[in-house]
Amino acid sequence: MTVLSLSKALNEGMRKAMEDDPKVLIMGEDVGKLGGVFRVTDGLQKDFGEDRVIDTPLAESGIVGTAIGLALRGYRPVCEIQFDGFIFPAADQIITQLAKMPMRSLGAIKLPVVVRVPCGGGIGAVEHHSESPEAYFTHTAGLRVVSCSNPADAYTMIQQAIRSDDPVIFFEPKRRYWEKADIDTSATDWWPPLHAAKVVRPGTDVTLLAYGPMVKTCLEAATAAEEDGRSVEVVDLRSLNPLDEAVVMDSARRTGRVVVVHEAPVNSGFGAELAARITERCFYHLESPVLRVGGFSTPYPPSRLEEHYLPDLDRVLDAVDRAFGY
Amino acid sequence: MCHEAAEGGLVTVDASHGADAPPELVQLLTPEGERVEHPDYDIDLTPEDVRSLYRDLVLVRRVDLEAVALQRHGELGIWASLLGQEAAQIGSGRALTDADMAFPTYREHGVAWCRGVDPVKLLGLFRGVNHGGWDPKEHNFHLYTIVIGSQTLHAVGYAMGIQRDDASAATIVYFGDGATSQGDVNESFIWASVFNAPIVFFCQNNQWAISEPLEKQTRIPLYRRASGFGFPGIRVDGNDVFACLAVTRKALEAARTGQGPTLIEAFTYRMGAHTSADDPTRYRVASELEAWKLKDPIERVKSYLFKNEQADQAFFDAVDAEADQLGADLRRRCLAMPDPEPLDIFDHVYREPHALMDQERAQFAAYLEGFAQ
Ligand SMILES: Cc1ncc(C[n+]2csc(CCOP(=O)(O)OP(=O)(O)O)c2C)c(N)n1
Ligand SMILES: [Mg+2]
Repeated sequence: MTVLSLSKALNEGMRKAMEDDPKVLIMGEDVGKLGGVFRVTDGLQKDFGEDRVIDTPLAESGIVGTAIGLALRGYRPVCEIQFDGFIFPAADQIITQLAKMPMRSLGAIKLPVVVRVPCGGGIGAVEHHSESPEAYFTHTAGLRVVSCSNPADAYTMIQQAIRSDDPVIFFEPKRRYWEKADIDTSATDWWPPLHAAKVVRPGTDVTLLAYGPMVKTCLEAATAAEEDGRSVEVVDLRSLNPLDEAVVMDSARRTGRVVVVHEAPVNSGFGAELAARITERCFYHLESPVLRVGGFSTPYPPSRLEEHYLPDLDRVLDAVDRAFGY
Repeated sequence: MCHEAAEGGLVTVDASHGADAPPELVQLLTPEGERVEHPDYDIDLTPEDVRSLYRDLVLVRRVDLEAVALQRHGELGIWASLLGQEAAQIGSGRALTDADMAFPTYREHGVAWCRGVDPVKLLGLFRGVNHGGWDPKEHNFHLYTIVIGSQTLHAVGYAMGIQRDDASAATIVYFGDGATSQGDVNESFIWASVFNAPIVFFCQNNQWAISEPLEKQTRIPLYRRASGFGFPGIRVDGNDVFACLAVTRKALEAARTGQGPTLIEAFTYRMGAHTSADDPTRYRVASELEAWKLKDPIERVKSYLFKNEQADQAFFDAVDAEADQLGADLRRRCLAMPDPEPLDIFDHVYREPHALMDQERAQFAAYLEGFAQ
C-alpha cells in the first residue's frame, strides 16, 4: 500500500500507462519541466523525455487537433487542458472531430485520446478557473465522460481511460488534488470497471448522487444527517457517459428519494438527465421528486462569493429535508 | 539554450535557429542611459517629458510591488506582476490619445495607469470581489481578459467600428508571446489585414509563457510573423520607454491615417513569477534574471536624467515619496474594499428582466433568511 494524493495518484497512473505502452504521450501547456500548474505530470518529462511529454504551443484547439492526428497514427495522447475554462478553444476539435470521426469512418478509425481537465471551484481562483463544463460534453455523443472523486479512483480510472479505444473526457476535481489515501498499486484485481458507479456509503432513506468534487461534500452531509436519524446513501457516479443505470436505479428504488448534487449550474446541468431517467424508470418507487442541488444559473461568481455559489453541506441537507417534505 | 543574453544588446533569443543575422531592434536609450539616434524613429522629449515618464515608471512599479505584498498577506487571491515590463507599458500607454481604445490582458497595470484607471480598481478581480469592475468606456480601457488571445479579435472588431464611424482614433491590443500561438490571435491578424483595420498589435514578448520559453511558440522572431499577414512588424527594445513611445506613436498614427495595422514586438522580460501562484525556479535559471536586471527599464531613465542634469536628487526623492504614498493609499483602499453580498451573484447576468434569475434569487434569499432566524 502506498499513500498518494489525488494528483500524485494521477501521476503514478500515467507513469504506469507510459511504462506499459510506448505509444502513450502526454501533451499540454507547461506539462514538461513545470510538471503542470498542479504538478500532475511532475517528473514525467524527466523520465520519459521531451518526445513523450510535450510542452505544446499555447493553443488548446491545437492540442486536441494534433492529438487526433497522433491518434490516427497509432499514438495514445493524453492532453492536459490547464483549467476547465480553457477547454472552450478546443471545443470545436472535441465536438466536431474527436467525437464524430470514428463513427464517420464506419469504425475504421479509433481515437484513443484522453482530455484531462482540472475542474470545479473552491480554490479561490479568478474567473475561468473554477467551472464545471461536463454537461457540454455529456451532450456530445461519441465521447466518454468520467470524473474521479478520490485518489484510488484517480489512479485506476486514468489508466483505464488511457486504455480505452474511445475518446475520454476526464474531469479531475482540482480542490481534491491534495486529498490523500492508501492505494494498492501492486494488484489490479480490486479495480472497478471504468464506467461502474459505486455506492460509497450505504443508506436506506435517501440517495445522494454525486461525482467528482461533490462526493466528499455528500459524504459529510450523510454523516451529519445520521445524527438527525436519517440514513443517507451516497452514490459516486464516477462515469457520466455511459451512466451506470443499474446502480443508480437500484439505489433510487430502495430509498425512494433522490437528490442530485453537482457544482455546475442546475439549469440544463447533468442532474436534469439523471432526474429524467430516474423518473422514467422508477416513477412508482419514488416518494418525492428527484431534487437537484448545484450552482446557480449564473456565471461562476468572483471567489469571495463562491462559498455561496457552491453546494455545501447545508445546501445538501436542506434538499434532503425537502425530499422528506413530500 | 536560447536565453543567454547576447553581448551588447537585447537580441537574446535565437528563435531563427541561427539561420539569419540577429534581427534589428529599435532602441533610443541604451541600458546605460545613453541616447541613440534612429533614422525612422526619433522622438523629441523635453526634460519635463522625461521626468514625467520616469515618474510613471516608478509609480506603476510601486503599485505592482504593493499588490505583490497584498497577495502575500492574503488580501489578494493572486496577482500577475508587471515587473520588468514597465517601459513597454508606459511607452505604449503614453502614446495613446484619449480617443484611442486599449484592450489589455491581465498584466497591463501600467497601461491602465496611463489611461487613468484608479489602481484600486485593478485589484477587484484579483481580490475576488468582482470580475473586472470598471466601465471600459470611461477611460477607453477594456476589461482585463484572462482567456489567452480572445481580446485580439474584440480589438479588431472595435477598430472596424472606428473605421465605419470615420473617426480619427486607433485601437491597441496587448498580448503575450505565448498568445501568438492561439488561433484567435492569428485570425485577428487576418481580419485586421483584410479590412485594413486601424489597430496596433502590441506583443510584449517577455520570453516566457508560464514555464514555456519563447522557442516553444515560434522559430522566427515574432515581429516577422506580420509580413506573412501583410502588414509591417517591428521589434522594439521593450525596456526602453523612449523607443516604445516612439514606435507605438508612429504605428498608431499610421492606423489613424488609413494605413492599417502594425505588429509591435516589445522585447522585454518577465522579471517576476508568472503570477503569485508560480515558482519560476522550477524552470529557469537565476543568471537569466541577473542579465536582464542590467537592462532594467527604470534605471536607464534615471541614468539619463542624471547624466543630462535634467533632474536632481530632490526630484528623485519626491517621486519616491509619492510612490510610498501611492502604495500606502492603495493598501488602505484595498483593505477597505467591501465584499460583495451573496445576492449580488444574480446581478447583471442579463440586462433585461429574466424569470429564472428572479426565481433563483428569491429562493436563495429565502434560504439565507432561514439561517438568520
Ligand atoms: C485559453 C487559455 N489557455 C491557458 C491559459 C492559462 N494561462 C494563463 S497565462 C498563460 C501564459 C501566457 O503567456 P503569454 O501570452 O506569453 O503572456 P504572459 O503571461 O507572459 O504575459 C497561460 C497558459 C489561459 N489563461 N487561457
Ligand atoms: Mg509571455
